[in-house]
Amino acid sequence: MIEIENITKRYGAATVVNDVSLVVEPRTVTVIVGTSGSGKTTLMRMINRLVEPTSGIIKLDGEDNRSLPGHELRRRIGYAIQGHGLFPHRTVAQNIAIVPVLLGWDKAKIDKRVEELLSLFQLDPTIFGPRYPHELSGGQQQRIGVARALAAEPNVLLMDEPFGALDPVIRSKAQEDLLSIQKRFGTTIILVTHDMEEAIHLGHKIAVMDGGNLLQYATPAEILANPATDFVATLVGTGDRPFRFLSLNSTGDAVEPGNAEGEAIPASASQRDALAELLWSGRPALPVINEAGKAIGRVTVEGLVKRASRPAA
Amino acid sequence: MRLDKLGVVIAVITGYAVTVAPFATFRANRIVAGEPQTLLNSLPAWAGPTLLAIIGIAVLIGLFRTPATFRLAASFAALIALFLLIGLAAEHLTPANNTYARVSPASGFWLLLFAFALLAADALTRLQPTPLMRIIVLVLAGAFIGGVLASGSWDKLSILKEYGARADSFWTEAGKHITLTIGSLVAAVLVGIPLGVLCHRVQKLRAIVLNVLNIVQTIPSIALFGILIAPLGWIAAHVPGAAEIGIKGIGMAPAFVALFLYSLLPVVANTVVGLAGVPSGANDAARGVGMTERQRLFKVEFPLAFPVILTGVRIVLVQNIGLATIAALIGGGGFGVFVFQGIGQTAMDLVLLGAVPTVLLAFAAATILDAAVELSSPSHSRTSA
Repeated sequence: MIEIENITKRYGAATVVNDVSLVVEPRTVTVIVGTSGSGKTTLMRMINRLVEPTSGIIKLDGEDNRSLPGHELRRRIGYAIQGHGLFPHRTVAQNIAIVPVLLGWDKAKIDKRVEELLSLFQLDPTIFGPRYPHELSGGQQQRIGVARALAAEPNVLLMDEPFGALDPVIRSKAQEDLLSIQKRFGTTIILVTHDMEEAIHLGHKIAVMDGGNLLQYATPAEILANPATDFVATLVGTGDRPFRFLSLNSTGDAVEPGNAEGEAIPASASQRDALAELLWSGRPALPVINEAGKAIGRVTVEGLVKRASRPAA
Repeated sequence: MRLDKLGVVIAVITGYAVTVAPFATFRANRIVAGEPQTLLNSLPAWAGPTLLAIIGIAVLIGLFRTPATFRLAASFAALIALFLLIGLAAEHLTPANNTYARVSPASGFWLLLFAFALLAADALTRLQPTPLMRIIVLVLAGAFIGGVLASGSWDKLSILKEYGARADSFWTEAGKHITLTIGSLVAAVLVGIPLGVLCHRVQKLRAIVLNVLNIVQTIPSIALFGILIAPLGWIAAHVPGAAEIGIKGIGMAPAFVALFLYSLLPVVANTVVGLAGVPSGANDAARGVGMTERQRLFKVEFPLAFPVILTGVRIVLVQNIGLATIAALIGGGGFGVFVFQGIGQTAMDLVLLGAVPTVLLAFAAATILDAAVELSSPSHSRTSA
């Protein structure tokens, strides 16, 4: 659990983060969204003390984050940044091994961990381990950046626009990978982005920042349904709101009894995808199949449209 | 076949050198005016035409667009022939049992040397040799010159007669020259790199330090020696023990201090530039993964800035080898001793005895350090196998 209590950061006369308080539950993904200059990155960097707050306290699992020297604190917290930040003079394997080496793990354990992480990110350790970062594609570099952040098995992972430099196809793949890794290790992730779509897709909770102030801290559904201010509403984008709302839930949750003709849609697909398929193929209903490929019912245009409307407050 | 532009230039130079310019100069003694000798006159009957033939073939290979390996072989063959035959010319022109007569290479020889060195350098550049190959070529060239010297075939040349007359002091001065050069370089690196790191970290200091060092760099060396006489003389007179370790207003101490001061700017500036060139992502990540400031400096900043810092060291080394010559003016020793003695006695061969080793030393240092810079640069060590 991360408790941020009345954190303020000023540079001279400018207040970059103004009296922000929020609690991040363990094993969840929290996304901090805001435009540039909103203070979102500064807020995140105060968690691992890359930036020292002017006032306020941050507690990690109940312990003040100033109880350790800054560098020791940072070795316990994963850190991944935009454009990956890999060390160009070190191989992929050496890059991943940075934190374990700093922590003084023995060599066999480090080698094993590097191999494990490379395999986890679908990169062959014998091929990619000895390569240098500049020999990798952007997507591969980004995966190595995340692998390095996870190397010492941190409970908390901080990510600063980690997917900002990727093209849309690779980005959505990287987002899926991140979610599956988060489920697998139960890591608490705090991710900074300016992309509300990404925030809604990844976050269990979203913190919207503007001008150093925390405007709203809530679940994606809540933010979509009841944006706290006009600014939040603008970020959410009124035109896309119903579709973003549908994207939060899986087709399985919208299944109605009955049959339908034509190609089926898996229950794990989002309701937005199901509606898109319905509209595109011009059918009134789609059969839904479960993971085993067995039909479990159908979704209808009518049913999904109802779900896309604003929930009663 | 099409003509090569550089080949045309080389052909013109060689044409002038073999037809108009004298190949060697004969003087009855060390300081009288010399009699210029043509190439054919300077050499025994068989050797002159042989040399002309080799030069002719090499010029033809250079003149047309031929493969770089041919050009390199041709230029090396011509250079080797020149080196061997200039010794023979000295032998040929010196009357038997005459120890006063002096034979030295004349403008024709130097022009030929220049022309084929140019052809060789151009061919080497086109071949794009690896750093290691360049060092091997340098070592082979050094070994060849060493071999010719050891064989005694140049002993009749005037410059080696000058050497023969002062062999002991030659090596003493060589030692002083190298001590001055390397010593001031080491001192500049030990002071300059930490100073560069400090300037990188403290913005305000950077402008001040670099400006001061820039001003030092503009002071002419003679003036700097003059400026140093008073303070060093004062230290020698007033600080106990200073005079005992060799600190005085003239001699090695001011030369060392001057070279050190001139060396600081390239070392500090390149350290600052190298550190500033470290990608900000790498620095941020280094902090983010929990490196201490010291770990970040040694594990991330220095390795990434190393090629640029090494370039600064190369500038300093080559610059110091040349500048150390001036140290002789204030009794600091070094190859400059022969240069200034030679100028005083109007004995050009003595000047050459000081100048040629200086040039060779600077050239060798530049080649070796260029190779080292290239080996340490990312583009070299990080290309995929």
